[in-house]
Amino acid sequence: MLENYFPILVLAIVAIVLAIVLMTLSRILGPFRPNATKLNPYESGMDPVGEARDRYSISFYLVAMEFIVFDLEVVFIYPWAVRYLDLGFGTFIAMMIFIIMLFVGLLYTLKKGTLDWELNNYRG
Amino acid sequence: MESATALLSLIIALPLAGFLINGIIGLFVESFRTKKQLIGIIANTAVFIPFVIAVYFFMNMNAGSEAVVFKLFTWIEAGSFSVDIAYRIDQLSIMMTLVVTGVGFLIHLYSMGYMADDEGYWKFFAYLNLFIFAMLNLVLGNNLLLLFLGWEGVGVCSYLLIGFWYTDMAKSDAAKKAFIYNRVGDFAFLIAMFMVFQTVGSLNFDAILGNLEAFSEEYIVAIGLLMFVGATGKSAQIPLFVWLPDAMAGPTPVSALIHAATMVTSGIYLISRMSPMYVLSPEVMLVVAVIGALTAIVAATIAITQNDIKSVLAYSTVSQLGYMFLALGAGGFTAAMFHVVTHAFFKACLFLGSGSVIHTMHHVEHELEHEGKDVHFDPQDMRNMGGLRKYMPSTYKTFLISTIAIAGIPPLAGFFSKDEVLAMAANAGAGEFGSYMYMALWGVGIITAFLTAFYMFRLTLTTFHGEFKLGKRFKEAIGAEKYLHESPATMTIPLWTLAGAATVGGFLGVPNFIVETFTHEEAHVNLLHNWLHHVTADVELTLSHAVEWGLMATSIVIAVLGVVVAFRMYNNNQQQESDAAIAKRFGGLYDLWKDKYNLDEVYEGLIVRPIVRVSDKVLAVFDMKVVDGFVNATAGTVKLFGSLFRYVQTGVVSSYALAFVIGVIVILYLMVM
Amino acid sequence: MDYLGDIQAFLPGVITALAGLIVIVIESLKKDSSATFWVTVLSLVAALFFSIQSLGTGLDTAFSGMLVHGGAVAFGNVIIVVATLFCVFISEDYLKGINHYYGETYALILFATTGMMCLAGSNDLITLFIGLETMSICLYVMAGLIKDEKSGAEAALKYFLLGAFSTGFLLYGMALIYGATGTTNISAIGAAASTDLLFLAGAALLLVGFLFKVSAVPFHMWTPDVYQGTPTTLTAYFATASKAATFVALIMVLSRALPVMEGLNWQMVFSVIAILTMVFGNIIALVQDNLKRMLAYSSIAHAGYALVGLAAGTPEGYSAVLFYMFAYTIMNIGAFGVIAYYERNKGMDFSEVQNLAGLGFKKPVMGIALSIFLFSLAGIPPLVGFAGKYYVFAAAINAEMVTLAVIGVLASAASVYYYLRVMVYLYFREEHKPVELFNPTLLYKGTIIILAILTLYYGIEPILPASGLMELLNSYGNLGAVTNVLIP
Repeated sequence: MLENYFPILVLAIVAIVLAIVLMTLSRILGPFRPNATKLNPYESGMDPVGEARDRYSISFYLVAMEFIVFDLEVVFIYPWAVRYLDLGFGTFIAMMIFIIMLFVGLLYTLKKGTLDWELNNYRG
Repeated sequence: MESATALLSLIIALPLAGFLINGIIGLFVESFRTKKQLIGIIANTAVFIPFVIAVYFFMNMNAGSEAVVFKLFTWIEAGSFSVDIAYRIDQLSIMMTLVVTGVGFLIHLYSMGYMADDEGYWKFFAYLNLFIFAMLNLVLGNNLLLLFLGWEGVGVCSYLLIGFWYTDMAKSDAAKKAFIYNRVGDFAFLIAMFMVFQTVGSLNFDAILGNLEAFSEEYIVAIGLLMFVGATGKSAQIPLFVWLPDAMAGPTPVSALIHAATMVTSGIYLISRMSPMYVLSPEVMLVVAVIGALTAIVAATIAITQNDIKSVLAYSTVSQLGYMFLALGAGGFTAAMFHVVTHAFFKACLFLGSGSVIHTMHHVEHELEHEGKDVHFDPQDMRNMGGLRKYMPSTYKTFLISTIAIAGIPPLAGFFSKDEVLAMAANAGAGEFGSYMYMALWGVGIITAFLTAFYMFRLTLTTFHGEFKLGKRFKEAIGAEKYLHESPATMTIPLWTLAGAATVGGFLGVPNFIVETFTHEEAHVNLLHNWLHHVTADVELTLSHAVEWGLMATSIVIAVLGVVVAFRMYNNNQQQESDAAIAKRFGGLYDLWKDKYNLDEVYEGLIVRPIVRVSDKVLAVFDMKVVDGFVNATAGTVKLFGSLFRYVQTGVVSSYALAFVIGVIVILYLMVM
Repeated sequence: MDYLGDIQAFLPGVITALAGLIVIVIESLKKDSSATFWVTVLSLVAALFFSIQSLGTGLDTAFSGMLVHGGAVAFGNVIIVVATLFCVFISEDYLKGINHYYGETYALILFATTGMMCLAGSNDLITLFIGLETMSICLYVMAGLIKDEKSGAEAALKYFLLGAFSTGFLLYGMALIYGATGTTNISAIGAAASTDLLFLAGAALLLVGFLFKVSAVPFHMWTPDVYQGTPTTLTAYFATASKAATFVALIMVLSRALPVMEGLNWQMVFSVIAILTMVFGNIIALVQDNLKRMLAYSSIAHAGYALVGLAAGTPEGYSAVLFYMFAYTIMNIGAFGVIAYYERNKGMDFSEVQNLAGLGFKKPVMGIALSIFLFSLAGIPPLVGFAGKYYVFAAAINAEMVTLAVIGVLASAASVYYYLRVMVYLYFREEHKPVELFNPTLLYKGTIIILAILTLYYGIEPILPASGLMELLNSYGNLGAVTNVLIP
């Protein structure tokens, strides 16, 4: 019963070892010149500790949302691509429809100017 | 059959369409209202085409034709109760249709001239068309409910048209009065209808009249009486006739169409339609006859004392309607229908003639005002008239013809129909059917015939003969004759047509005995009788020829006597003296007539005031304290709950979620329970 | 797989989805172009055409059994598309008038419509969920369409939060049902239905999700706030199309996944919720002065009447509900349409019922139309609202639920008060200050008039659930049977 989980154990060990190795290597090989911004957990400049009522730039949300959408696109496309030869031409059309839809979304968000961080050209 | 159904639908639909077109466009488009020519043409066409179609139907029928029923669709279906929108064409209904559309068309035509200066022109014609529509439903309907729909419909139109000049309080009061008196009758009619349905389970005429044995004797009496009460309301009989004279407040074409020629005869139509049921109960027949005869003489005596021309004509109408009921009660359904037809001709003509006179008197008043003379007089009061025959020859001649007709001078229409009515009354008195009461009723009828001839000639002579009296009564009006003029052709053409019909209409019902006396064999020259004897349950006329000749001679003598007396008393401007003489001769009786038997006051004192008092003192308190209290308490409680529940709606999302969760728990509980 | 066949089966939805994409493209290229409106109208007309064409075909599956089409679904699609079309007609002028003409609105409407059709035609819990969410997310956005107004933002946020909350329950219910039956296919669920606790709990939670969408008491709390904050013509869309779609889906689920059997008390649930909804909806509506809130509570009450038909659990009841949805759609869009018109007259706050005083005579067509719609909503014959109520209550009585029907009739009698109150202000009160009403556009006026005529016409000549719709519904008792059915 338990031996079924052996590969997972191996994977976990590999992951931990790899992480340790990589971090050690970078510490040894790379130059280390810390400053306040670099020591932040998120290099984007977001402070993880502080008032909960902080205001974020709206651009965060826009980009995050768009990221999720296109991320999910990949999630859909990979399994399909792997099995494409078995599934046949019909699924190709279906996938094209899906991609066109996302493309329209991209076009829309582009034309609306939401991808511009400063939202200078934003047209509600 | 298909095309016939389409034609029949047209008869019904065109007046409705006319009403809708004029009514709706007039309501929304103000510029349309001034296009009077167009409005008039629409309205006239909407009546004329149905008339033509009715003639076509009539031509394709003969006395033996079976009734044809056209079912358009099912109107009400609830359990075993089913009513169709179905129309019935038989000898009786086609006759009424011809009268309604024919006379109706002439009066529409006349109205184009008469109402030409009225602001509510479009409304007037819309109402008139609606009236025709309702009236056609009444006469063509194949069941009692459809008939009742038309019955109520004509009531509404009558209300709308009496109160047409509704800014005048008296006129709108008259409209209300008419409506309320009619409601009393309608109530009885409704109960009769329930009883019919209870017995045979259907309201179709065929089903009712084919199942007469299903009715118990009490029901026959009760239904007959209740329907008759309904008829007394609509056809203005004792005790409900007082609304009709007041109804003359409406425009004169309305008086002619609704309150003389058509609507008021619907009670007679109803009883004729139900005649097979009526003849089963001699008691009811006697009641009908007695009420009819009484109404005839009561109204005739009042008519003698009136000075308003429309008022005289109104009482005359009531009186003639009384004749018709007398005929019905004597089993002379054909005779009654005969009188309906001839009366429609001459009374419509008389009303239209009086309208023509009023029209010109209005004109005089108007012109005098134009001159700067401030004269106010009643344009309907015949004491202001006289000598009009010089100025209005057509009106005079047609009026005179109709007067002769109504007076019963042979060979004009009224003579034949009235003679048949009286003959039927006498027949009922002598024959095995009736009782000797009918002989007395015949006597009443004869006296009324005398009175009719008398007051009608009083009216005609005072109005048209002698000299124009306005100048005598009002100094400023001296010389106002120059403003008198004949009415336009749209008004005189209908007058002449109706006068023509009043002249020859009597030959529809030439008594058989006249021919039989000379040929010594059975004759069938009474066209109307032949035409209707399938539909109505007439009592056989069994009088001997000698008696009939005698009766006829009596009525001629009586009528001529009335005319002669009237001539001697009224031909030379001596109206006031003669009225005074009559008043002196009859003393208190005359006052009673002049006060219209005080019926309005009696109703006021016996019915209206006690009801008002009771409702004011007792019911109002009960209503305010108990009923309203209860209602308000209920409403208050509900509102209180509403306001309380409102607090649940806090606007805070978390409390919404709380309610949500409670709901989930309740549903889970109910489901799993 | 037969892709073309599938697309044809779902053609109305495909058309609206495509049109939505086109609208988005147009909008991104040219802001607020009027072409968006016409594309929307054209696509909806096409969708309506195909929906009507599929009326009378038997129920059949498509997309590997994920969707069903034909039968009652076809009728549901007709209601949805008709509602959308009329709402679009009145929205154009209205949104322009309040200076919030966003081209995206039409894309949102079209996508929501697609979602509704997917919801109504779902044959699987997955498609049901996808349809529901496609619809809901679009509605959330539309609720907050007027960004710079607080009430709009409040409406959108509340709707979204509570919607998400209810979605949680819905998903949980689906999961439990899957756990109990091992399938997500709706007819397969019906075959595997049991009185197992897991299944019962799953069914209950699934129903909660639906009841939230149709705003049944006590899941109705969002309704007044959202209806008040949303642009009025879109409120009409919320109140009619989304409700109709949910009810159709509910009918499909109830009739196939939840058989009437001992121990499965869903009829009881509907009876209780129907009573609560009718009573609360009507009673709170009595004390509302704000017109839109009043209509919101009235729409809650109307959902209650429809629930009565569902509680009956008979084909007669289901067909009555279908007809009720149709009736409700016509008259409610009309009522909202006229109120939206009054509301738009600048410088006056017409949202309070008192401010309607004396307006009935000003624009007689609008006044008369509103009277017709309100009379119909109150259930006064011979209008379509009466016919709808009659069939629903008759179905309940035939299913021996007399108490339910009696309470329904009483509640609807109470409702006459608040509908007539509006008319009293319209016609029997003097106006406070002279008001000039502007002339509505021909399209707007025409839409209102057509709705009023339909309200009258179907009141006099209702599509008899007793005949056509009944057959239509009988055909989906089992999916194999393809019965030929109704043309309205």
